[in-house]
Amino acid sequence: MLANPTRFIGLATRLLPWLAGLTALLFAIGVYLSFTTERDYQQGDTVRIMYIHVPAAWLSMMCYTIMALSALGTLVWRHPLADVSAKVAAPLGAAFTFLALVTGSLWGKPMWGTWWVWDARLTSVFILFLMYLGLIAFNKAMDDPGRAARVSAVMILVGFVNIPIIKFSVEWWNTLHQPASVFRLGGPTIDREFLIPLLIMGLAYTCLFFTLHLMAIRNEIWRRRIAVMRRNAARAAQAGGDA
Amino acid sequence: MMDHAFYVYSAWGVAVLTLIGITAFTYGESRYLQKELKRLEAMGIRRRSEIKE
Repeated sequence: MLANPTRFIGLATRLLPWLAGLTALLFAIGVYLSFTTERDYQQGDTVRIMYIHVPAAWLSMMCYTIMALSALGTLVWRHPLADVSAKVAAPLGAAFTFLALVTGSLWGKPMWGTWWVWDARLTSVFILFLMYLGLIAFNKAMDDPGRAARVSAVMILVGFVNIPIIKFSVEWWNTLHQPASVFRLGGPTIDREFLIPLLIMGLAYTCLFFTLHLMAIRNEIWRRRIAVMRRNAARAAQAGGDA
Repeated sequence: MMDHAFYVYSAWGVAVLTLIGITAFTYGESRYLQKELKRLEAMGIRRRSEIKE
């Protein structure tokens, strides 16, 4: 059913208001809790940066994982919307990665005493940001969408090696960045007071991502239809002129 | 009184601007494309798959 663009547009149009509403509700609760929970005994109020930084970092990796699954959909299953999904996810991933880098830097300065260090976690996330920008530039530069989709899918799958590097960089190397404190084998090490707003903000970011991703896929389908219609109109006008 | 207020508000400011920015861009593009599609359809221009139908 999702392979048919017209059916996909119908489904997305029905789902989008609900997803957007859920996103707004989760953000309202998340923002309220982010500013009403206790300050951390060591970090003080800078702990409130965590509620926007950590979900952005999660989403930067989740978005690339979705792009990698879409790339598999393009190369292995030849799903007609897989390349659209990967293409439109790249700007969203770049925005979340940018947010993770900037908010991390603003958190690092008061806590670590520096805006930036070239440690394994920060550098691998910066590389992820460059990869997103590279994929956006590549998609813009290519004229043939079919060829662009296949080459881009291979590039995405090769670049996926960076995702486990980002995740485990804090365990494999000595980094200034702290190790995982939420998604870890022994369970979260973070206090419930901070964990609940963090998870709600994480859900809000995730819902926002899916809302924007659905909307962007629909936009890309419409953009391609408009291109075809303009081409048909130009051909018809040319044929009329020749006759 | 919030400590490190500059860092906290700057980070939240960047987050709000970025998230509103990508939302407004995607929504604005959606509105533009919908209008353009309707305009072309009103001019009688169709895709080939629709012409066959």
